[in-house]
Amino acid sequence: MIVQVKLESLKGIALHEWVVRFVFGGAVCVIAGLIAKRFGPEIGGLFLAFPAIFPAGASMVEAHEKKHKAQVGLDGSNRGRTVAGLDAAGAALGCFGLAGFAAACWICLPRLGTAVTFALASLVWVALSISVWLLRKSRILRHMRGRSTRLHAFRNP
Amino acid sequence: MISAGGVLSSTAGELIARFVVGGAIVSFFAVMAEVCRPKSFAGLFGAAPSVALTTLGIAIVQHGKDYAAVESRSMVYGAIAFFLYAAVASWILMRHKARALTATAGLLPLWLGASLALLFLTSR
Repeated sequence: MIVQVKLESLKGIALHEWVVRFVFGGAVCVIAGLIAKRFGPEIGGLFLAFPAIFPAGASMVEAHEKKHKAQVGLDGSNRGRTVAGLDAAGAALGCFGLAGFAAACWICLPRLGTAVTFALASLVWVALSISVWLLRKSRILRHMRGRSTRLHAFRNP
Repeated sequence: MISAGGVLSSTAGELIARFVVGGAIVSFFAVMAEVCRPKSFAGLFGAAPSVALTTLGIAIVQHGKDYAAVESRSMVYGAIAFFLYAAVASWILMRHKARALTATAGLLPLWLGASLALLFLTSR
């Protein structure tokens, strides 16, 4: 298995869904900047890890799954919510990478150039996110954890 | 000629730059999330540093690297709060089959409360 790239899944996304993501993303960046200006960098910095488009993304994932099931005459409500839950579980794992990105910027920005810092921090984000995801998938961890199937939050699709 | 710093120092120019660049970066990670399978892997992009890349870049131009480093330190707490938020959202969606938008939007105060609490506890 591990990871597949399916470009055809882009075809099923309506234009308004892209617009929603763009507008949400842009709006959150504007709000984060305004909060930093009003309350200072300590409070403003929190909003750099704001779940920017997470609610919109999760509801779109749910809607797509429901639509797929409806095409074969099934009610996909539960399936849609399960897949949205898997998406959320993946985001939870991605937070390790996000924290790594932030820590790398915190440590490196005063010492290194901006471009080098961003490149290094992005590398940390990718490496940490994928490592944690692979660790979660690994048989070793499952064996150590024993009854992993009871952990609904991180159940496999 | 207008320099990048000059544009960003004007409020309207800064807001437009934030909106356009932020929207573009968020959309890029949304594309990545759409094309990747399995869904648990695609979910990693839900916690991509999309807002951070935009905001830190502008903060460096406007206020310097030390200011951006302070923001980055707070971002670590925000990321820990995001982990808590996403884990609870996942549990509610999978166990209780709540509507995705209701669960994820309804839990946003959890993120805010947890991140503020972490910042308060570490700055005492």
